[in-house]
Order: sequence, then C-alpha cells, then structure tokens
Amino acid sequence: MKKIKINKVLTVIMIILAGIFILFPLYILVSTALKSPEDMMKSTLALPTTFRFDNFTEAIKLTNFFQAFRNSLVITSISVLFIILSNSMVAYAIARNRDKKYFNMLYYYFLSAMFVPFQIIMLPLVQQVSSLHLDNIPGIIVLYIVYGLPFNIFLYVGYLKSLPSSLEEAATLDGASIWQVFFQIIFPLLKPINATVGILAFLGCWNDFMLPLIILSKPELSTLPLVQYVFQGQFSTNYNLAFASYMLALAPIIIVYVFAQRFIISGVTNGAIKQ
Amino acid sequence: MIFYMMTIPAVILFFTFHTLPLIKGIFYSFTDWNGYGDWKFIGFKNFINVFQDDNIKNAYGFTFKFAILTTIIVNVISLALAVALNSSIKFKNTLRAIFFLPNILGVLIVGYIFNYVFAHLLPQVGASLNIDFLSSNILGNPELAWLGIVFVASWQSIAFNTIIYLSGLQTIDQDIYEASDIDGANKWQTFIKITFPLIAPFFTINMVLSMKGALMVFDQIIAMTGGGPGNATQSISYVIYHFGFSGGNFAYQSANAVIYFIVIVSISLFQMRVLAKREVDL
Repeated sequence: MKKIKINKVLTVIMIILAGIFILFPLYILVSTALKSPEDMMKSTLALPTTFRFDNFTEAIKLTNFFQAFRNSLVITSISVLFIILSNSMVAYAIARNRDKKYFNMLYYYFLSAMFVPFQIIMLPLVQQVSSLHLDNIPGIIVLYIVYGLPFNIFLYVGYLKSLPSSLEEAATLDGASIWQVFFQIIFPLLKPINATVGILAFLGCWNDFMLPLIILSKPELSTLPLVQYVFQGQFSTNYNLAFASYMLALAPIIIVYVFAQRFIISGVTNGAIKQ
Repeated sequence: MIFYMMTIPAVILFFTFHTLPLIKGIFYSFTDWNGYGDWKFIGFKNFINVFQDDNIKNAYGFTFKFAILTTIIVNVISLALAVALNSSIKFKNTLRAIFFLPNILGVLIVGYIFNYVFAHLLPQVGASLNIDFLSSNILGNPELAWLGIVFVASWQSIAFNTIIYLSGLQTIDQDIYEASDIDGANKWQTFIKITFPLIAPFFTINMVLSMKGALMVFDQIIAMTGGGPGNATQSISYVIYHFGFSGGNFAYQSANAVIYFIVIVSISLFQMRVLAKREVDL
C-alpha cells in the first residue's frame, strides 16, 4: 500500500515538473511581450507591473502583421483544401487499379519519394521555380500540394483498402460515372482520413519556414514565420517588441488549438501510427 | 480512362517539381557548375573533395551527435511521461492537451524564444546560483552550443513522442497487469517484461521519426546560432542551404546533398530493419 502511494507521489511530481518545463517558455513569451523596457531592467522573470499593449501595435506596424497573416492564411487554407481533394483522388485511382501495371508502378514511384530528403532537390528547385516565375504564393501552394502526395497517397491507399467496394459497384450498375462515384460516395466516406491529412497539412504549411524562405522572393509575400526571420535584425535590442511579434505569430495556432485540441491530437497520432 | 485522367496532372506536376530537381541535383553533382554560366563534367571530383572537406566533416559530426543525443533524451523522457500520464490521475485530458502544445508551435519562433532564454535569462540564473557553465550564454560557447539546440529540439519533440507512446499504452489490455500483479511482479519488472514489449511498434515509430527529424535539423539552427560560434553548430541541412545558395558552390553542395541522401536512406532502412526484427523477437 505504501509503495503504491510513493509511486503515485512520484508520478504527480514528475507531471508537475514536466508541466512547468513546458509552460515556462510560454510564460516568458507572454510576460516579456507585455512588459515595457523599464520593467525588463528591473527583472526579466517577474510579471509585468503594467501591461504595455503598445508592444503589439508597434509589432503589427513594423512587421506588417496583417499582411503576413493573410499570406499564411491564404497559402495554408488553399493548400489544405487542394491537398485533400487532389491527393485523395490520385490515391483512389491507384487503390482501385493496383492490378494494372501503370497504377502499381505509380504507387511505388510516389512511395519511394518519401525517402528523398528535401535538401537534395532544394538547390535545383529554386532555380526551376524562379525561371517559371512561380516564386510567389500560387507557386508555393502548388509545391505544398505536390509534396503532400507521397505520404498522403500512402495514408489514403491504406484507408481505401479497408472500404468495401460493394457500394461503388452498386452505384456503377446504376449508371454513375467514376467521377460521381468518387465525389458522391468515396469522398464522403474518407472523412476520418481527410481529417488526419488535413490537420497534418495545416500544421505543416502554417509552421513551415524552409520553403517560404527559399521560394518567396518578395518581402510582401512573407508568411508569419518568415516575417520573424526577416525582422530579426530590427528587433535586436527591443526584446519586448520582438516577443510581442512572436506572440502575435503564435497566437492564431494556439487559439485554433484551444478549440480543436482533441481533434488535432487524434489527427496527428493517426498520421504517425499508420506510418 | 477516367482513372488515368485522375492521376496524370499529379504525375506531371510531381515529376516536374520533385523528380526533375532530384535528377538535376544528381546530374550537377558531377559538374563544376556554380549556379550560372558555363560548366563541364568533372567526374567524382566533388565527391572526393566533400570527403576531405573539414567543414562538411564537422557538419556531419555535429548533426550526428545532435541527432543521437536528441533521440535518446526525447524517447526516455517521453516514455516516462506517457507512463505517468497513463496512470489514474485527474485532469488527464487537460494534461494531455498541455503536453502536446509545443508540437503545434512553429520551430523557428520557438527557437527565437529559447535564444532569448539562453542569452539573457539563464546567465542571470547561473550567476546568482554560482553555476559556472550557465553564467554565460551557452549558445556563444563552441563546446556547449550544440546542447542548447538539443534542449530546444527535445522540448518540442517530447510533446509528439509522448502522445504516440500514450496512444500505444492505451492499446494494452488492463487484465494483463492484474495477472502480473497477482504473480508478484514489481512495477519495474512489469514495465520491462510486459509494457515495453507491447508498445514496441510505437517505439519503432518514435525512434525512426525522431532520428529522421533530428538529422534534418535546420530551423533551430537559423533561429539560435546561425551555425555558430564559428562552425560549431552547422548542420548538414544548414551547410547545403548556406553554401549552396550564397557561396557559389552549387555543384559541390549538390554532391554533399547526394551523399546526405544516401546516408538518410541507409539509416532509415537500417533502423526499420533492426527495430522491426526486435519487435518480432520480443
């Protein structure tokens, strides 16, 4: 009995320590973002004595926050939408025709691309993209959609295998075309896996730094992470301003997370476990 | 016919933006092209030079010690946390949500936040507690800077790995614990003999994914050290990016990337082989 109690106490202590460990940087983020430089002189750790919201208005002006937010939102939402629609369609065509050589080859073609690290295609890609004048928002959206294919086809094909084909056969007998079968029968049945793919794509696109860094050439096209990088030099001495900007950049995803955490966690877990 | 139409646009785009750059990258690695102008074939010269390049050797050294230490730390801590979170405690779902939070935050911005913590907070704490190695910015110390990056990468990866282990633990039938309890097994024995073998597939996933992620480290480097001090924290990704784009070493860094590609593939295959075999043995 005593032993169980010790175990329990240890567990609770460990969880509390881990909780502090996780939340401490976020405390620093929020408190620094709200402090004035004078407050900072007194103590870097303490809570702010007065809330200084000017940090935020200044950060919004300096980094052109709303423009970066809009860019991130446009890139992420269009990419996620088309990733779900197009990747599931390709996977459907592959999954239902694995007996044909072309589709089977296609499956392994996409799958083997999962092993290719981005670094090896990065240098030629940048030249190719700029010579095609795709070093802009439509260009980066196309890249996100295309680079989603290998892993998402893997997820979708696995899921499609588990769907019974009787429903499709019945619909085909009733005279439905393949397009109709896909959009009216299959696509709605893919809901759980669409959610997984959508969440992973959302987190991936929203937080991505490398692709915007090398693809988006004009400052006014910058996404939220890229803006932090671009303005890093101008923040250098004013930490309160920098942290206000970081907090603004992290706020949208934290707000989404507060409302959809259960959904996001299960989406990410599903994606990893199926790997 | 319609099935072909469904795939063809995707195949063309994928070939154009993935396979073609890959072929070009491999092709240029055998040339002396610097990104513009004339070029000629030089055979394996780039590869030979890469193997003799101290800067690149240093990058491999840093990347591997970083990846191995991060993978170990992340998996030990997240396994322990997952076991703790899986026990009968209150606020389980809230805790799970808090523990997963670091995973959804952008790596670059997290790097900037920790950069400040290391540069301004820790030295103050270190000075007041008289801890010598903490009293200056560890990111400015060539010997210690890599540990700062290990710390930040772990902070974010533990979130993900904990949730994966937790979902593994939840697949275990509770009856098996009652049986081992009756047999008089202690907690540690139960964990080693029962829990761990049963979550072996999840261990495989986590090992492979965290190793792969750590070998690609880039955002943290940009945010925290810029590869410095000196070249102490230049990762392979960083070297390819930095010298490939701004150093005029396009073909040379392409050769570096080809080697990197081979290394990554070999490690992934090796890990999957070994760990999958262990799963069967257990």
